[in-house]
Amino acid sequence: MLTYTLRRLLLAIPTLLLISLVIFLLVDLAPGSPASEIPLTVPPEVRAKILEALGVNEPLHIRYLLWLKQFFYVEPLNGIDWLFGTDLAGDMQRIISYQTRSPVFPLIGQRLPQTLTVIGTAYLVGVMIALPIGIYSAYKQYSLFDQFGTMFAMIGFSVPTFFTGTVFIIVFGVWLGWFPTKYDTTLKVTDWASLIKQLRQMAMPVMVLGLANAAAISRYMRSSMLENMKQDYVRTARAKGMSERTVVLKHVLRNSMIPVVTIIALGIPSIFGGAIITENLFGVNGIGAALIGAIHGNDLPMVQTLAFIFAILIVTFNLIADVLYGLLDPRIRYD
Amino acid sequence: MKLKTALLGAACAFAFAPAAFAERGADGHVNVLYWQAPSTLNPYLSSGTKDVESASLVLEGLAGFNEKGEVVARLAESVPTVENGGVAADLTSITWKLKPGLLWSDGSPVTSADAKFTWEYCTHPEGGCAQAARYEGVSSIDTPDAETIVIHFSAPKPNPYMAFVGGTSPILQAAQFANCLGAAASTCTEQNFGPIGTGPFRVTEFKTNDTVSLEANPNYRDPAKPAFATMTVKGGGDAEAAARAVMETGEFDYAWNTQINPELQAAMAGGGKGTFLNGFGTLVERIEMNMTDPSSDLAEGERSTTAHPHPILSDIKVRTALSMAIDRQVLVDIGYGAAGRPTCNLVPAPDMFASDNTGCLTQDIEGAKKLLDEAGWVPGADGIREKDGRKLSVLYQTSTNPVRQDFQALIKGWWEEIGVATELKNIDASVFFGGDAGSPDTFQKFYSDVEMYANNFDGTDPEPYLAQYMCDKIPGPANQWQGENINRFCDPAYDALVKEMSATAEMGKRAELAKKMNDMLTKDSMVVVPLVDRGRLSAASTTLGGVVLNTWDTEMWNAQDWFRVK
Repeated sequence: MLTYTLRRLLLAIPTLLLISLVIFLLVDLAPGSPASEIPLTVPPEVRAKILEALGVNEPLHIRYLLWLKQFFYVEPLNGIDWLFGTDLAGDMQRIISYQTRSPVFPLIGQRLPQTLTVIGTAYLVGVMIALPIGIYSAYKQYSLFDQFGTMFAMIGFSVPTFFTGTVFIIVFGVWLGWFPTKYDTTLKVTDWASLIKQLRQMAMPVMVLGLANAAAISRYMRSSMLENMKQDYVRTARAKGMSERTVVLKHVLRNSMIPVVTIIALGIPSIFGGAIITENLFGVNGIGAALIGAIHGNDLPMVQTLAFIFAILIVTFNLIADVLYGLLDPRIRYD
Repeated sequence: MKLKTALLGAACAFAFAPAAFAERGADGHVNVLYWQAPSTLNPYLSSGTKDVESASLVLEGLAGFNEKGEVVARLAESVPTVENGGVAADLTSITWKLKPGLLWSDGSPVTSADAKFTWEYCTHPEGGCAQAARYEGVSSIDTPDAETIVIHFSAPKPNPYMAFVGGTSPILQAAQFANCLGAAASTCTEQNFGPIGTGPFRVTEFKTNDTVSLEANPNYRDPAKPAFATMTVKGGGDAEAAARAVMETGEFDYAWNTQINPELQAAMAGGGKGTFLNGFGTLVERIEMNMTDPSSDLAEGERSTTAHPHPILSDIKVRTALSMAIDRQVLVDIGYGAAGRPTCNLVPAPDMFASDNTGCLTQDIEGAKKLLDEAGWVPGADGIREKDGRKLSVLYQTSTNPVRQDFQALIKGWWEEIGVATELKNIDASVFFGGDAGSPDTFQKFYSDVEMYANNFDGTDPEPYLAQYMCDKIPGPANQWQGENINRFCDPAYDALVKEMSATAEMGKRAELAKKMNDMLTKDSMVVVPLVDRGRLSAASTTLGGVVLNTWDTEMWNAQDWFRVK
């Protein structure tokens, strides 16, 4: 197992470097320029000077190597400085966003709390809803509950989040007025009242995303449970006189959870990717919104850095999912 | 009788007393929504209008523009003019005097050195200052004492109200930005995100591309203002969600640029929680005609250059016919509603520069057909006109935007009615307006026959705007396609008028020249075909008082006068 993990980690390094090069080339060679958001009232000579100051005109390989150095050397040093109060990084130039002319990593750090709070909670809520639905649907296959569960999953799969989000805004925000339609990122939870406020403003985005997540996971749970309910050991357990509860929730569930846990682990990088549509719709202003804003503004350093971070997360969580699968199921052994 | 009047007078005085003694911060919090979130609070490094608007709450210039387009003093004691001696008689210098006792929000005094520093900051060759055009023509700035600023121009400047006037050119604190000159500008994140200013508010927290948290400036020059103690400027979402947040849910007090389609405008306006404010400036949506040949048969570097005149659009009759076929009122009704009005002028405002030009406002399909017949374009078997074996077909491009695509569909219908085959194309805005010399789809390259977009000018003087259409401003391979004369229009008589205007000081004469140049581009040559005078549309809550929509400066220009309606 250990050799497998080490081998995968070592293989990940050239994979990630190749990914970073491909992303860089794609974003750089795509048409569009950071000058597009500057109003037309700014004359062309001034625009040319702005682009010059941003460093856009340097040759491709210089910019790529500079970005690599900044990402793997300068930014970690800055991270250590921030954590421990040292001054290792000094004056070295950091990765600067074209849109804000400020370093990219503090921006990501500023955005992470909202994304983790809202999207992370939505994922958790989705999982918590999906598992019981999946278990009971499989236990009582073809019952009324199962039919409703299937319908719920179909709706969650097929209806896009921009539709459900807008419907929720109109129903809960405009007609009923229960929840605010715009997320306030400056809200600090210090007491009961502010906690209620935070829960209220999270309610709609969490409902929208939770529905979409729950739909997928409940189907996986259901099919995994169905597969295991037909196994011989279930019949043995019942013959031994165990209660239904023990048979389903102790024996069958544990075996069914193996593929589901790995699927949940594979879905975690999508939390960091942020749900771009939902974030934009509710004004959550997390990482997904930052990525889409950077793409629109042709902010190459920001897009490059964010995309590369997602790539690292996906590769990492893929590895975690594989290892987890091996840990949970003793029959699986990697060499 | 006297006692009665005296008692009545005293009663009235007591009734009005609360209003007269309105306190700073008495009205609590105000919520503003800019759906394009501000990225920085330093307008000199801005990447868009939203940054300039948000920064104008904190930073101010010597003067600004009011809603009528007049120059009004902000930090200056009064507006210098030739009459009061503030502007030199030969127009080569202007002298500003600061109000006495002005303080920055951190308590230090505002001096003329701050103004001179700001000029050095923006004109630094490596700074990449976005507002460098405001300082064009300034040769030096003298500061004879702490309250006097003398700006010298390299040539007589009839309109000296550029530097330090308006939201695009405020004064920075020299002490705060001292280490931020030139290439160091982007390392000064703390300064760029929290500039110290003289405006009614100061920044408490700035989350870039997200929210600006502000509080009333304790050192603001008017002790009774602003009425609001705190303000939040939030960003994100789109125009529709922004309008909804003010007009339907009441979560926000003011939303900038709520450009939504007319049906939605009508539906939301009925809610009663807010009103739409609209004001017209200089933004004109227009169709530009390409006077050169964009055909892909020509080699790269030859396409859309003056070496090859356009085979179809070089004929003024064709251009006129294309303009006559368009019903501008229908375009406004479908696209903008109250936020637009049809226009034939490239320069629709200020009023003194607006030419009396209404000939294009009525659609005339039959007249257009007649003109094309006269020009020799005969309808072929499929209804499309032909001449000398060439079909009358145009490629019509614009940026990706639902309203623009609606316009394209409508105009294509009208043009096909008069026998012109129209091919439509739309390009993502970040590419179309990107100005990337390597891309074939920028509006400067103009690899199509006609294109549509909107443009405007900063401030109230159209001289630099009209000067864009001079012969030497034509984009081409020689200048990396960085030119503003998109149509490749070249007329020595026009260039002569531009030169004359730059030497004319008298406003009446300037207005006359501007109108003549506007007419030369529009009704006389039909090279620029204006469609819609697009106004600003913003939404304000009915509980927010004191809001005056200003299209000549930023929309936050009078935030110090806002109050909560009781």
